[in-house]
Amino acid sequence: MSGDTARDAVGDYQYGFHDPENATIRFDKGLSEQVVRDISELKNEPEWMTEIRIKAYRRFIEMPMPTWGNCDMLNQIDFDAVTYFLRSSKGTENDWDDVPDDIKNTFERLGIPEAEQKWLGGVTAQYESEAVYHSIREDLEEQGVLFLDMDSGLREYPEIVKKYFATVVPASDNKFSALNTAVWSGGSFIYVPKGVHVAMPVQAYFRINAKNMGQFERTLIIADEGSSINYVEGCTAPTYSTESLHSAVVELIAMDGAKIRYSTVQNWSANVYNLVTKRGVAYADATIEWVDGNIGSKLTMKYPSVLLKGEGSHAEVISVAYAGKGQHQDAGAKVHHLAPNTTSNILSKSISKNGGRSSYRGMLQVTPKAHGCRSKVVCDALMLDSESQSDTYPTMEVGNSSADLEHEASVSKVSNDQLFYLMSRGHSEAEAMGMIVNGFFEPFTRELPMEYAVELNRLLELEMEGAIG
Amino acid sequence: MGDEVLSIDGLHVSVDGTEIIKGLSLTINIGEIHAIMGRNGAGKSTLANVVMGHPAYEITAGTIAFKGVDLDEMEVFERARAGMFLSFQYPASIPGVQVGTFLRKSVSSVRGNSAPSARDFRKELMGHMDSLNMDKSFLSRYVNDGFSGGEKKRLEILQMLLLNPSLALLDETDSGLDIDALRVVADGINSIAPEAGCLLITHYQRLLEHVKPDFVHVMIDGRIVRTGSAELAGELEAKGYDWLEA
Repeated sequence: MSGDTARDAVGDYQYGFHDPENATIRFDKGLSEQVVRDISELKNEPEWMTEIRIKAYRRFIEMPMPTWGNCDMLNQIDFDAVTYFLRSSKGTENDWDDVPDDIKNTFERLGIPEAEQKWLGGVTAQYESEAVYHSIREDLEEQGVLFLDMDSGLREYPEIVKKYFATVVPASDNKFSALNTAVWSGGSFIYVPKGVHVAMPVQAYFRINAKNMGQFERTLIIADEGSSINYVEGCTAPTYSTESLHSAVVELIAMDGAKIRYSTVQNWSANVYNLVTKRGVAYADATIEWVDGNIGSKLTMKYPSVLLKGEGSHAEVISVAYAGKGQHQDAGAKVHHLAPNTTSNILSKSISKNGGRSSYRGMLQVTPKAHGCRSKVVCDALMLDSESQSDTYPTMEVGNSSADLEHEASVSKVSNDQLFYLMSRGHSEAEAMGMIVNGFFEPFTRELPMEYAVELNRLLELEMEGAIG
Repeated sequence: MGDEVLSIDGLHVSVDGTEIIKGLSLTINIGEIHAIMGRNGAGKSTLANVVMGHPAYEITAGTIAFKGVDLDEMEVFERARAGMFLSFQYPASIPGVQVGTFLRKSVSSVRGNSAPSARDFRKELMGHMDSLNMDKSFLSRYVNDGFSGGEKKRLEILQMLLLNPSLALLDETDSGLDIDALRVVADGINSIAPEAGCLLITHYQRLLEHVKPDFVHVMIDGRIVRTGSAELAGELEAKGYDWLEA
C-alpha cells in the first residue's frame, strides 16, 4: 500500500504525521524467550521481575487467541512482524530542554509542554517503548506523592512494585495481558500517600512513531487510604500502511476511602490494534472511575473493570466509542460486586459511521455474599448511516436477590428533522452532524478536563466533515 | 423591485408523489406582514418548509426567489445565511447541546463576519431574553429537550431576534401559547417587521389581534383562494372557510 492508499484507508487523521526514527536501540522483529530476557537485562531489572516476564511469556505462547470478539481482525495480527522494544532516547529527562529535538517536536505538535504549564500536576511523555520526559509539581512531591514512569518506579521503589504488580491483572488473565507482562516497558507508576488529595490531574501521553511498533506500557496506581488522584492519558500514532500493536495493562488499587479517576482519550491512528486490559480494585468505601473514550484504532478491545471488594465501594464507568470506516470498537465495562452495599453506574455511548462497527460488551456480577447492591447500566448507540453497525453483548450474573439492577439500552439514528432544524440555523450538514454527535457524547465530554473536552469536540467535528456530501 | 424579499410564482409541490401545493403565487416586500390562514392539511406548513428548503418536498413546477435570487440551487444553510428564517411549528430537540452554545454558533454562522464579539453577543442576548421574559437558566438547558410548547416557541422567537432575518416564516408560532406568551411573541415579530418580510402561518385569528397583517391570504387545498386586508381574518373567524370553497 502506498502512503496515499494508507490515507484513503484511514481517513484524514490530524496526528498522522511521523518523524524520522532515530532509535538508539532497536530489537529485531519477533518475540522469543531471549527477547524477553534481553529487555529485562537491558533495564537492569531484579531477577524476580525477569522471572515474572519469562513465566508470562510462556503463558502467552500457550494461550490461544480469544475466540470471541472480532476474530477476523485479531487473527490478522502477525506477532512476528512486531518490534517489541525500541529506545529512542538515552533516558528520561526532567527538563524539557534536554529531550532530543525530534521527539520534542512531536510532543510540541501535540501540545504537551503547553498543557503541562497550564493545568497539570505532573506529566509523563512516552515515545515508543520508554518515557522520554517526566515531571511532577514540587508541592506534590513534598507531600510524598510518587509519580514516575514504570521503569523508574521499579528501580526506585521495588518493594512497592513487587507487592502490587500483577495482583489486579495477573499475567494469565488473557493472552494480551500475558504478552504485556512479558515485554512491558514504560507506563506510569503512582503512589498517593494516606489522606493526600491530588487536585490537578496528572497526565501521561503515549506516542507510537515507528512502523510495526508494539507499545506495551504498564501502569500501576495505588491510592492509599482516604487519598484521591485524577489521572489522564492521551494516545496518538502516525498513519502508516502497516499495523502497530498497543497492548497495555493498567492496574488501580484504591484503599479504604480512596478515590481514583482514570480518564483516557484514545485516538490512535486507524492502523493500530488497541488491546488493553484495565482493572481496578476498590476497598471499603473507595471509588474507582473509568472515563474512557475510544475514537481511533483499527480494532479496540477494552473493558475497563472494577472489583468492588470492600463494603460500600463504588464504581463508575463512562465510556464513548466512535467507529468510522474500517474500525471496530469493541468496548464496554465490567463490574464485580463482591461485597455488600456496593454500587455501580455504567454509561456507554457509541457512534458508528461509514460502515464502522461498535460493540458494547459488558459484565455485571453480584456474588451471593454481596447484599444490598445497586447498579445501573445505560447503553446508547447512535447510527449515522445504514451501512454502519452497532451491537451489544451484556452479561449479568446475579447471585444475590437483594440486588437492585437497572439496564437500559437504546439505538437511534440522526433524524432528518434534527438536521433540517440545525441547517435552517445556518449550519452546514457536516456542522449540524458535528453538533448532534457532540451533544450525544456530552455526558462523557463534560467529565473530561476542559482541554480534552475541547479537543474531543473538535476531533468529532472534523470526523463529520470528511464523509458528507 | 428592490424591496421584494420573497416571490413565489406558479408553485407546485409534491411529497412522496402526492401533490400538496397546486399552483401558488405570492410576493412579499420588506416591511410587509402577510398571514396565511386555512384549515389543517391545506398545505400551509408545506409552503413554509419548502421555502426554507426541506429535502422531503419536491418542487414539480414554478419558482421561489429570495431577493430576486432563485432558491432552487441553494442549500438550507445557505438560505439561512442569506437572511431567511423559519420558526418551526415543532422544533426538533438536540440533546446534549446547550442553548447558549447553539445560539452563539448559529449567530456566527448566519451573521458571519458581522457577528458580534462574545461580549456584545452576550449583551444582545440578555436584552432579547429580558424582552421575552426568558430566564437565564434557559441557556444551560439542552436545545428544546424537555421544553414545554411555550418554551419552544419563545426559543424560536429568541433565535429570530438574534439572527435578524430579512424574511421570517413563522409556522403556527401562536399555537400552544397562553395569552402572556402570545403577547411576548407578537412583540418579537413586531420588532423585526419594519425591516423584514414576515409570513405568518396560522389557523386562528388570535395572533392577528397583536400583529396586524397587511395582507391575509386564505389557503384551501394547495391554492390561495382569496387575498384581503386584515379584516378578512375577522370574517373567517365569524364565517369559517366553507363559503370560500368552490
